[in-house]
Amino acid sequence: MTTKTPNSSNSDAALAGGHEATTASRRDFLTMAAGGMCALGAGVALVPFVDSMNPAADTLAAASIEVDISKVQPGQGMTVSWRGKPVFIRRRTPEEIAEAEKASLADLKDPQADKDRVQKPEWLVLIGICTHLGCVPLGTKPTETRREYQGWFCPCHGSAYDTSGRIRQGPAPTNLEVPPYNFVSDTVIKIG
Amino acid sequence: MSAPNAPQKPGLIGWLDYRLPIFGFMNKELREYPTPKNLSYAWNFGSLAGIILLIMILSGLFLAMNYTPSTDKAFDSVERIMRDVNFGWLLRYIHANGASAFFVVVYLHMARGLYYGSYKSPRELLWIIGVAILLLMMATAFMGYVLPWGQMSYWGATVITNLFSAIPVVGDDIVTWLWGGFSVDNPTLNRFFVLHYLLPFVILGVAFLHMIALHTHGSNNPTGLDAKKEDKIPFHPYYTIKDLFGLGVFLILFSVFVFYVPNYLGHPDNYTPANPLVTPAHIVPEWYFLPFYAILRAVPDKLGGVMLMFGSIALLAALPWLDRHPVRSGRYRPLFKKFFWLFVVNALVLGWAGGKPAEGHYLLIGRLCTAYYFIHMLVVLPLLSKFEKPHPLPTSIAAAS
Repeated sequence: MTTKTPNSSNSDAALAGGHEATTASRRDFLTMAAGGMCALGAGVALVPFVDSMNPAADTLAAASIEVDISKVQPGQGMTVSWRGKPVFIRRRTPEEIAEAEKASLADLKDPQADKDRVQKPEWLVLIGICTHLGCVPLGTKPTETRREYQGWFCPCHGSAYDTSGRIRQGPAPTNLEVPPYNFVSDTVIKIG
Repeated sequence: MSAPNAPQKPGLIGWLDYRLPIFGFMNKELREYPTPKNLSYAWNFGSLAGIILLIMILSGLFLAMNYTPSTDKAFDSVERIMRDVNFGWLLRYIHANGASAFFVVVYLHMARGLYYGSYKSPRELLWIIGVAILLLMMATAFMGYVLPWGQMSYWGATVITNLFSAIPVVGDDIVTWLWGGFSVDNPTLNRFFVLHYLLPFVILGVAFLHMIALHTHGSNNPTGLDAKKEDKIPFHPYYTIKDLFGLGVFLILFSVFVFYVPNYLGHPDNYTPANPLVTPAHIVPEWYFLPFYAILRAVPDKLGGVMLMFGSIALLAALPWLDRHPVRSGRYRPLFKKFFWLFVVNALVLGWAGGKPAEGHYLLIGRLCTAYYFIHMLVVLPLLSKFEKPHPLPTSIAAAS
C-alpha cells in the first residue's frame, strides 16, 4: 500500500465513489442473500436425513404390554421387557415399604416421596435401567446383591438404589424411572 | 508433482503423467521425499499405522461379505465365519487383533511425537489432524466391537451411547436419535455396521491430509532441529527399507497374537449372545479405551465424568499451545524428559485402573492418575515452557551425531 503513488490511490477513491459504490453494495447484498438462502436450503435438506435416524413408526407402535403378576410373592420380583427395556416389578414386604417411606427427603440426591412412586405400596414398578449409563442393576431376584440400601445395585459403576428405586449412592444422577402403568385388575398390570 | 508446463517425458508413463501427474506425485512424495538422515526406529510407526489401516480395510471387506447386521442373525453369522467360512477364523482374528495392533502402533506414534515435540510449530495442524484420526479410530473401533452382538458388544454400546445422555436438556433426545429406538436394538446395529464400513475410508482421507501436512515441512527428527538440505536423504531406498524391516518385526509379533493367543485381548463374555435384560457383572471396554474409561469413572458425577473424558482428548489437540518451550526435542530438556516418562507411566496405570472395578483403592488410584493427567497438561507443561533451562543445542543435525 505504501508504495502506491498519490495518483493511483486517488483514482481508486474515484472508482469506489458515487454509483460504483452503490452498485457494489447491491451486489454484496445479492451475494449474501443468495448465499444465505443456499445455506438455509442445505440445512433444511438435511432434516429428512437426520430425522430418518429417529425411532421409526413401527418402533414407536410397539407401545404397551400386559403382565400377569399373580405368581409374585412378597419379597420377590420379576423382570419383563417393554420397548426393549427391562421393567422391574417388585412385590415389597412390609419392612421394605416402611423403609422406603421413612427415608428423609433431605438424604436423597433426587428427592421424591415413596408414595409418589407407587400406585399400591406393595407393588413397585420401575424401568430397570441405571440412570447413569444404562446398565441393568442387580437386585430384582432376592439372591442378587442389593447392597446396604436393600433395593438395587448397579455393577457397572457402583450406583446403589433403595427399596423405592431411589438413588442413594454412586454416580447415577436420578432415581430409577417409573414407567406409565395401571392396574387392569388386582393381578394384571398394563405397562405403557 | 511435475510442473504443469514441463515437457512430456517419453514412454507410456510419460504420456500418462503429462495428462494426470500421478506418477510424478508418487515419485516426489514416496521416492525423492527428502527425509532427515538421523531418524530412529521411533519414526517407523507412522507408515506402519498406514499399512495396518490397509490390512484392516482389506480383512474387514472380506468379513463384511459374510456378516449379517441384524440382531437375530449377527451373532450366528460371526460364529459361521469362525466355523464354516473358509479361512473365516483367520480373517476375523486378523481383524480383531489388528484393531489392537492399530492402537498400539498409534499410541507409540503419539508418544514419539510427544517426546520429540513433533507437535510444535510448524507442525501444529499435522498433530491436530492426528488427534482427529485418533477420534475417528475410537469411533470406528467402538462400532466394530458392537457388530458381533455379544454381551460385551451390547452393553458396551449401551454404556457408550448413554454418555451422550449427560448433555443437559437435549441429551436423552440425542441418545434416542443415536439408537433409532428406546434401547440399543436392530436399528442401532444396522447403522453401526454402515458407519463402521464408512469411517475407515474417512480415516484414509484424513490420513492423506496428515501426509500432505507432514510433507509440507518434512519430518521432525530426534534432535528437533530444523533439518538442513545436507542433513536430508531421499526416502527411497533409505527409509523404505527401514520401514519394511519394521513391518517384518511387527508382523512376527502380530502373528504370535493371531495364531497363538487370538482371544487374549478379547473378553469371554462376548461369546455370550447379547441379552438386553442382563448386564454382565463386570463390564470393561477394550484395553485401548481403558485410560479414558478410568478418567470417566474418576468423578462421582455423570456430566463431570463425561466432560473430563472428552476434555482429556481435547487437551491433546491443544498441546502445541500448552507446551510453548522453544526447544522441540525432549533430548535437550532434562526436566521435560522426566515428566514425559511420568506421563507415560501415569497413562499405563490409568489403563490398569480402568480395567478394575470402580471401588476402593482402584478408584483412588484412578482419581490420582486422572488428576496427574490434567496437572501435566495444564500446569507442568506451561510451567516448564517458562522456566526450564534446556541443555545447549547442537548447531546442526550433522554436529549432533
